[in-house]
Formats: sequence, C-alpha cells, structure tokens
Amino acid sequence: MDTTIALFLAQDGVINGAIYALLGLSLVLVFTVTRVIFVPQGEFVAYGALTLAALERGETPGTAWLALALGAVACLQTLALVPAARKGWALVRLLAFDLGLPAAVAALAELTAPLHLGQAARVGLTLAIIAPLGPFLYRIVFRPLARASVLVLLIASVGVHLGLVGLGLVFFGAEGSRSTPLSAANLTLGPLTVTGQSLWILGVTGLLMGALGLFFGRTLTGKALRATAVNRLGARLVGIPAERAGWLAFGMAATIGAVSGILSAPVTTTFYDTGFITGLKGFVAAIIADLVSYPGVAVAAIAVGLVESFASFWASSFKEVIVFTTIIPVLLWRSVRSPHAEDEE
Amino acid sequence: MTALLFSIRNVSVSYGKIEAVRDVSLDIPAGTIVTVVGANGAGKSTLLNAAMGVLAPAAGQFLLDGRPLADTSVEDRVAAGLSLVPERRELFATMPVEDNLRLGAYRRPRGRSATQGLEEVYALFPRLKERRRQAAGTLSGGERQMLAMGRALMACPRLLMLDEPSLGLAPRVVKDILRLIAELRATGVAILLVEQNARAALQVADWGVVMETGSATLAGPAAELAGDPRVIESYLGLKDVEPV
Repeated sequence: MDTTIALFLAQDGVINGAIYALLGLSLVLVFTVTRVIFVPQGEFVAYGALTLAALERGETPGTAWLALALGAVACLQTLALVPAARKGWALVRLLAFDLGLPAAVAALAELTAPLHLGQAARVGLTLAIIAPLGPFLYRIVFRPLARASVLVLLIASVGVHLGLVGLGLVFFGAEGSRSTPLSAANLTLGPLTVTGQSLWILGVTGLLMGALGLFFGRTLTGKALRATAVNRLGARLVGIPAERAGWLAFGMAATIGAVSGILSAPVTTTFYDTGFITGLKGFVAAIIADLVSYPGVAVAAIAVGLVESFASFWASSFKEVIVFTTIIPVLLWRSVRSPHAEDEE
Repeated sequence: MTALLFSIRNVSVSYGKIEAVRDVSLDIPAGTIVTVVGANGAGKSTLLNAAMGVLAPAAGQFLLDGRPLADTSVEDRVAAGLSLVPERRELFATMPVEDNLRLGAYRRPRGRSATQGLEEVYALFPRLKERRRQAAGTLSGGERQMLAMGRALMACPRLLMLDEPSLGLAPRVVKDILRLIAELRATGVAILLVEQNARAALQVADWGVVMETGSATLAGPAAELAGDPRVIESYLGLKDVEPV
C-alpha cells in the first residue's frame, strides 16, 4: 500500500463514517428519548436515496403514497383514541398535518416529477416525503406501546423494519439506483482527488451536527428532548409531553435519514434493502458510544468508516465481518467494567 | 374559610392486587398547608402520584376547583396548577441547575416570564444561584431538594405537592426547608406535604391527616393532632416537640 492508496482509503472511510455518524446520532436520539432501538433507521436512508432517484427518472415515488396512507392511519387512530382531537383547532391541525401535508406533497410529486425540475427541487421534495414518515410511524406503532419494555419496543421496531423493506421492494423494485452528484467538481490536493460530492457529504454532516448541537444546547425544545432522555419521570412532572418529544425525535431521525440517503445516493448504488446494513454500521457506532453520547457517536462512526474502508482493501470479502467484529471488544470491555445488568428505565 | 382548591374523594389506588391506598378523602383550601403523615409504606407517596396523574386511581376522584381530573394528563395537570416534588427528586442530573429550572417553566402560564420566575427562585434559594452552572447531579442532598422545589415553583403552581422533602437531609437543612414551606404559603400557594417526619410536618401545617396501611385513620387541625396521645405515641415519640 502506498500513500496514494492509503489517502484514498482514508477519504473513503471518513466519507462513509460521516454517513454512519448521522445514522448513529439518529439512533441515539430516538433511543434516549423513546427507548426504541430504531432498527428501520436505515430504511429512511434507502427510501431517501431511492425516492430521489425515482424523482430524477421522472416517476412519482411510491413513498409519497406511503406517507399519505400512514398519515390517514395516524389521523384515524388519533380521532378514535383522543376525544380532545375531534373538535376546534385541534381537529384542523390534525387534518392539516396528517392528510393535508402528505396529500399536498404527493400531488406536488405527481405534478412536478415529469417536468424534470432541478436537483434542488427534487431534494426538497424527497425531504418533504420522507420526514413525515417518522412521526407517523411513531404515532401508529410506538406511541401505543409507550409503557412497554425495551424488548417489546425492539420487536415492534424489527416488525416496522421488515414491513418497510418489503414496501421498498414493491415501490422501487429489485434494481439498484444511483442519482446524479450534487456537484460534479473535483478537487486535486497533491496525490488526493476529492470529489465535490465528498465535500457535500462532509459539509452537510458537519452543518447538521452543528445545528443539532445548537438545538440541544440552546433551545428550550432541544433541552426538553434532552430532559426526557435524562429523566423521563422528571420530564413528565415539569409538563413536557412525552408524545410530543417522541414524534419530534422520530421526525428528526427520519429527516436525518433522508439527508443521509440524499448524500450517499450518488456515491453508492442503493437497493431497497441496503438500508439495514448501513443502519447496522451506524448502530455499531452508537453502541460503541454507549447509546448516549453524541460526540462519542461521531468519533466512533468515523472509526467504523475507516475500519471498513481499510478492511475492504486488505480482505474485501471479510469487510462486513471485520466491521461488525469491532463491537465485540467494546461489549466485552463494557461488561467487565459494569458487571451488573442495567435496570430498565 | 377560604375557597376549596383541591379535593381527594374516596380515592383507592392498587398495584395489581395490592391496595396501596384505600378510600382516602381530603380537602385542601387555597393557601393552606395540609400534611399527610404516617409510617413508611402507608401509601402516602402513592396518593401523591395518583393526584399528579402518574398513577391512575382504581376508584374515587381528584377535583381541582371542583372539576374532576380523571382524563387530565400529567402535562395538563401541570398547566392547570399542580406541581409534584417527588421523593426521589427526579432532576435532570447531567444538565446545569439553571436548565433544570428553565425546564420547570415549560408549562408556565402565558404572560408570566420565566426569567422573572428564575429571579424569584434564586431569591428563595440563593445557593442555587451560586451553583447555577453546575450539573444538578453534583449537588448535595439539601441543594437537590431545593432545586427540585425551585423547579416545581417555576411552573407557578397553585398546589405544590411535596413528597418527603426532609428525607435524607441534615436537621439544619430540614429546618430551612420547613421555613421555606411556611414562606411559600404566605405567597398564596397551597401545599400538600407528605412526611414521615411527623413532628416537623405538624409544626408547619394547618391541617393534618394520619395514614396507616393505606387508610386515613385520623384527621384534624395540625396543632390538635400534634397533641393527640395516639399520634404522640406512634409517630412523635415521647420527646418534647422542639420549636422550629
């Protein structure tokens, strides 16, 4: 291996690591706020990439209809369970968010997809389609299970994952897709060629992390989410609605997932079931960071990316094995350090 | 007699088959201190948690301003003027003292500025102001109790429910906390105080209730209860009551 190859692999590792960092962050966010180990996080990434690719081909992605269907289910469920939501402004808000928003987005996709508008419009539309999926799934599946154990929530989460992968096959077929890069520019730094897309990935990831840092550190809503993560009962007692914190966390996770998908779509070919493996790598990073520390996840994710890219050079057929094996020493060390099983809650 | 603020009507609460609270009734007029005393495990904390909506009662109801609270969530009870300082404090341990307090104002009534509330809490607890940038988890036991009370006050409660505020605190700190409870009443907040330390509680309260294994067995003006031979024997011991 010479310097050029090492630099190339390092670049590749950092870029992939950035995507895993976004995934890991979402997993930590969702877990700390709702105790859900959100297996389908990777599906948001695949859906984001494939939705963008479908729009690029001039088709209306099936995810737009999925958002509308889930919105309708969430709406009916709320109407059935919450008497207060059946009248006045609460009803208007409910109908606008659950039916109006996804219907408008789906109509927009149907109308504009054949027109081949610019990349920016497609990216915006993709985010508008994928982001609401998070809150809808939370309300339909996880909100009714709010008092269940972590294990039950995990099982539900696996169920959602299987469902979404199946729907992904229906919507996008078994073929993989790539989309056009956000930037075609290339930057040459000595022996290293940096693609414009790599810079986009690093830039957007950095920006998102900075924004999340400000959100959690400076705003009352961000602090309320952290408070829910730190002490659930304490958060209820000061009047932070657990439901709002939950759908906010899921909405952020879906948005971050869609962004990761949009960023990685031009770099890697995405299939309907790619999300799971990608998500697992984010999960490895999240576990290394103990499912609590955001900066820890970012560092661990970059490490996972680097391990993966160097492993693919030295032992490409064992690449995944090597990546997932890194979790074992971490778990061993952790179990040695704290011999007692942690209490749930 | 001032207006009735909060009533507990024939409330029973069960954990599975075990009835922790059985048919308890209690009235709290605005601006008064009512205390529920009794041994560990008598059901006092369960009663408070049910009043706050954390637990659902098996029978009976809670009324705020005469309106039943059955379908009201914890969050909406906070907005309606109920605040609970739980026995385990339930602070946001990794967050600074000031963030804990600001989050206490999450459901503060509109038009009451949180910054002003913060000043009021700092005036009551100068120690918290000194430590406002410190993580809540690094505070001493007494400071944690102060923070838990300060956080509850940030919501502008009309009824403040305190679960064992003296638990695990040094006698001098207990005295400070009790003095504060008396001061709070002067600002118009009603207080429901649950205590194992019956002597201290009956000194500051206007009205007292004794709970034994889930039932309210005795009730009366706090001064009378403190002089009742049954209470003295079971809960106060034979020592003279020290003045606060």
